[in-house]
Amino acid sequence: MDVKAIRADFPLLNQEVNGHPLVYLDSSATSQKPTQVIDAINQYYRLNNSNVHRGVHTIGTRATEQYEGARERVKQFIHAQYVEEVIFTRGTTTAINLVATSYGRANLTEGDEIVITQMEHHSNLIPWQQVAKATGATLKFIPLEDDGTVTLANVEKTITQATKIVAIAHVSNVLGTINPIKEIAEVAHRNGAIVVVDGAQGVPHMKVDVQALDCDFYAFSGHKMCAPTGIGVLYGKKVWLEQMEPIEFGGEMIDFVDLYDSTWKELPWKFEGGTPIISGAVGLAAAIDYLTVIGLDQIMTYEQQLTAYAIDQLEQIDGIDIYGPKKRAGLITFNLTDVHPHDTATVLDSEGIAVRAGHHCAQPLMKWLNVTATARASFYIYNTEDDVDRFVNGLKKAKEFFGDVF
Amino acid sequence: MSFNNLDTLYRQVIMDHYKNPRNRGSLSEEALTLEMNNPTCGDRIQLHLLIENDRVKEAKFEGEGCSISLASASMMTQAIKGQPVEDALKMSQYFSNMMLGKEQDQADLELGDIEALQGVAKFPARIKCATLAWKAMEKAVDQDSN
Repeated sequence: MDVKAIRADFPLLNQEVNGHPLVYLDSSATSQKPTQVIDAINQYYRLNNSNVHRGVHTIGTRATEQYEGARERVKQFIHAQYVEEVIFTRGTTTAINLVATSYGRANLTEGDEIVITQMEHHSNLIPWQQVAKATGATLKFIPLEDDGTVTLANVEKTITQATKIVAIAHVSNVLGTINPIKEIAEVAHRNGAIVVVDGAQGVPHMKVDVQALDCDFYAFSGHKMCAPTGIGVLYGKKVWLEQMEPIEFGGEMIDFVDLYDSTWKELPWKFEGGTPIISGAVGLAAAIDYLTVIGLDQIMTYEQQLTAYAIDQLEQIDGIDIYGPKKRAGLITFNLTDVHPHDTATVLDSEGIAVRAGHHCAQPLMKWLNVTATARASFYIYNTEDDVDRFVNGLKKAKEFFGDVF
Repeated sequence: MSFNNLDTLYRQVIMDHYKNPRNRGSLSEEALTLEMNNPTCGDRIQLHLLIENDRVKEAKFEGEGCSISLASASMMTQAIKGQPVEDALKMSQYFSNMMLGKEQDQADLELGDIEALQGVAKFPARIKCATLAWKAMEKAVDQDSN
C-alpha cells in the first residue's frame, strides 16, 4: 500500500491546525474524502444533475444510470446476490430504524426476544428499545467478556427459541472488537431468528461478503468509507424485504395511486420514498472504486499493523488504560490516569492532533467499562507511523502538562 | 516544552478548583436539586440550591466531568452563595457573554474566581463544558419561581 500516494489524494489532510501539520485520528467518527470522490460529486452536479426514474430527457437518463449504477457497485462490493437487495438510506441509523420499524413491528409480539449486546452504538440499541416497547418483546443482552468480546458459548446461552431478532455490531466503535457474525448467524438461524448487523465500522475497513456472513440485514454508512455524509445502505435478504412494508410514503416509491389507496413499487424502490440521495450514491460509488483499487484486505492488514505499532508504544506510557481486546480493528480507546478525556483531547488538539473524546454514542458500554467517557484514536488508510509517533508524543505532553498543574 | 496556548485555558486557579472543588456534596431534602448532562460528551452535574427570600443561601454540586466543567461548577457555587437570585442570574448572563468573548461591564457583581475561565472562549469546543453548571443553575431557579 502506497500510503504517501494515498495521502496526496486527501486535500484536507494537507493543512496546519494550531500551528502543526494536522494528524487526523478520528476516522471512526467520519473519514476524510479523496479528490476522486469530491470530483465525482462535482462532476455529477456539473454535467448530469437531474431527478431520477422520471421524465424522458437525456440528462435524466444519465442521472438514473449513475444512481442505479451505484447500486450495482454496492451489490458487487458487499457480494449481495441481487441488486434489489441494496436499499439506499441516509446512513446506518436510518437503515437500522427501517428494519426495526418495518420488520420489527410486523414480526414481534409479547414474549418474543430481541438479542443484542452492551457494546452496541446507540443506533443499534435505541431502535430496538423502541420496538420492544411498542410490541411487548423483551431485550436481552449477550454478556461481554472482560476484554470486551462475546463468546459463542454465551451466544448459545442467550439466543433461544423465543428470540426473533439478533442485532449486533460487526465491529465495536469503542472496543474495536470484531464480532463473529457468521457463527452468531448460524446460532440465530438454528433458533428461527434473523440477524441484523450494524456494519458502520466494518465495511470501511474489511472485505464484507453478506452471503458468506449469512446475515439477514447489514447496515452501513458512506461517510466512514470516503463517501459523503447523508448516504448509507441497508442490505437485506430479498425474502424479508419483499414481505416488509415501507415506512416512508410519498413520491418515487409508488406504483398506482388512487384517492383512498395506493400500491408500492417493487424492490428496492418501495423503500426509497422521495427524491433519492443521488449525488450521495454517486459519491459512494466513487468511494467504493477508490477503496477497491487499494484492496480491502490490504487496508485491514495495514490498519492492524498501525494499531499494533501504536499499542506497543502506548504500553510504554505509565498511567494509561487501553480498553478492548488484543485482536481488534484499527482503533484504540483509552484514558490517561487522572486526566479527563476532554482535557487529553484539548492538549492533543493544541498539537494539531484530532482524536475523539466522550461517550462515543455508547453510554451503556461506558457504564460497563466503569468510566464516564474515554478518548479514542482511530486509523484509516491515510494514517502513518509518523502520525502515531506524533500522537504518542502528544499524550506524553498531556501527561506532563497535567502532571505539572497537579 | 512550551504550553503557552494551553496555559490560557488551564490557569492555575482552574486546576486548583478542579483538584480541590469547593462546595462539592449534597444538601438537605428541602433544597432544589437539578441534574443536567451534556449528552454529547457525558459530563453530568447535579446542582443543589437552597433558596430563601430570593437569596441563594446554600449551593452545592455533585457530578463527573472534565477539569473545565468541574472547576466551573466549583467557582459558580462559590460565587452565587449568599447572593440574591437576581445577581446570580446576572452573573450567569455575564458568564455567557464572557464565553462569547464579548466586552462587558462587570458592574457590582462579585465574580470571585470565575473570570479565570475567560480563556475558554478561545476553545469553542470546551464552552459547553464551562456553561453546564450555569445552565443548571438557571434552570433550577426558573423551576423554583414557577
